[in-house]
Amino acid sequence: MKPTEARTYADPEVLVATSWVATNLENPKVRIIESNEDTLLYSSGHIPAAVHVDWTSDLNDSVRRDYIRKAGFESLMSRIGVTPDTTVVFYGDKNNWWACYAFWVFQLFGHTRAKVMDGGRVKWERERRMLTREVRQYPETQYKAQERNDSLNRAFRDEVLKHIDRKLPLVDVRSIDEYTGKRLHMPDYPNEGALRGGHIPAAKHIPWSRAINPETGAFRSADELRQIYMDENGLNPDENTIAYCRIGERSSHTWFVLKYLLGFKNVKNYDGSWTEWGNLVDVPIEK
Amino acid sequence: MRDGPERLREFLETMVMVSDETERASVLISYADRFKEVPPDIARRPFPEDHRVPFCESEAFVWAVPNPDGSLKFYFAVENPSGVSAKALAVILDKTLSGTRPEQVATVSPDIVEKIFRQNISMGKGMGLMSMVQAVQRLALRACARSSLFQDLA
Repeated sequence: MKPTEARTYADPEVLVATSWVATNLENPKVRIIESNEDTLLYSSGHIPAAVHVDWTSDLNDSVRRDYIRKAGFESLMSRIGVTPDTTVVFYGDKNNWWACYAFWVFQLFGHTRAKVMDGGRVKWERERRMLTREVRQYPETQYKAQERNDSLNRAFRDEVLKHIDRKLPLVDVRSIDEYTGKRLHMPDYPNEGALRGGHIPAAKHIPWSRAINPETGAFRSADELRQIYMDENGLNPDENTIAYCRIGERSSHTWFVLKYLLGFKNVKNYDGSWTEWGNLVDVPIEK
Repeated sequence: MRDGPERLREFLETMVMVSDETERASVLISYADRFKEVPPDIARRPFPEDHRVPFCESEAFVWAVPNPDGSLKFYFAVENPSGVSAKALAVILDKTLSGTRPEQVATVSPDIVEKIFRQNISMGKGMGLMSMVQAVQRLALRACARSSLFQDLA
């Protein structure tokens, strides 16, 4: 596998290797952030100096189905000792699903000094790099955030409906059984309440995992990704594209791939995803 | 029996008192730290597929070995190094169910997973952990069936 910097990504700055993280642990301008699905993982051992950002309690509104707003983001950034000049580096379990999800939420607030550690937690562990249980406390900062701007990277259902009418590309990144409607949820995961199975009409089926080299857990090279997304499935970096999954976590992974690794100009994550679409009254569904 | 055998019931009662999320995580991790893999005299790699816990992404395996008094001793393996929750549950199941008669183990409900992990349960993990309890339950039922077969033959 080629090193990260030799894989000719559209934005090579956004992805860093585990070795880069290892040499920047004490860099005061860098904050390493772990975001996982498994809530016990960070406490059981994490990269030294890393802080924990939980996708539910830290990034989501506790009442409505939405993300935190300006005040919540400022409070989070203050707690983890981040200023607008800090470069945040995300990593986590499940091949960086939640790392990409957190990265995406940070982009809604315009914190563009952000990177993802290639290969995520599993790669760090496989390389037998150090983990610690010491929770580092950073001095609180005064972070002035911009208002959350969903327009650039987030799609809502009305936009998806218009997108279908305009015959613009959608990418369904779920498993084949979810795409065909055989299942209403991921294998081994609970059914979170979708009443109908299937996919949004004309959505291409490109499971998120195709972007990953299964042996290393790292992202595939730009050439391999182009082959998958553009040559095989006909996606075009100049066309407006929307990715979706079940609740927006796997599709934030694909959003990251399309936007940063392949340089798609306008790609959005529809985080309402199938738990919204599969429950909406009178929207079109294909099986 | 609602929550199964006595030791399990006592354990669940203790866990109810741990209401703080961080404290509960720390308790669960301390159990995971005590995890000991199935000894080689019981099973060696590659572990047989019929001992694999279905739907468990931590790649857990479980064995039930009968003690001379008819109770069961449970052994586990967890192949995923990040399988912290699976390791914690394995230790808890061993601590609370090993030494118990199979007919009592068979009454244990997978709902105990929610009672043990509460807010520390993640979406993907929940199904796998409940599947671990069901695997233990199946082994107990199998032991019950074997025991009644022997009684019929005697």
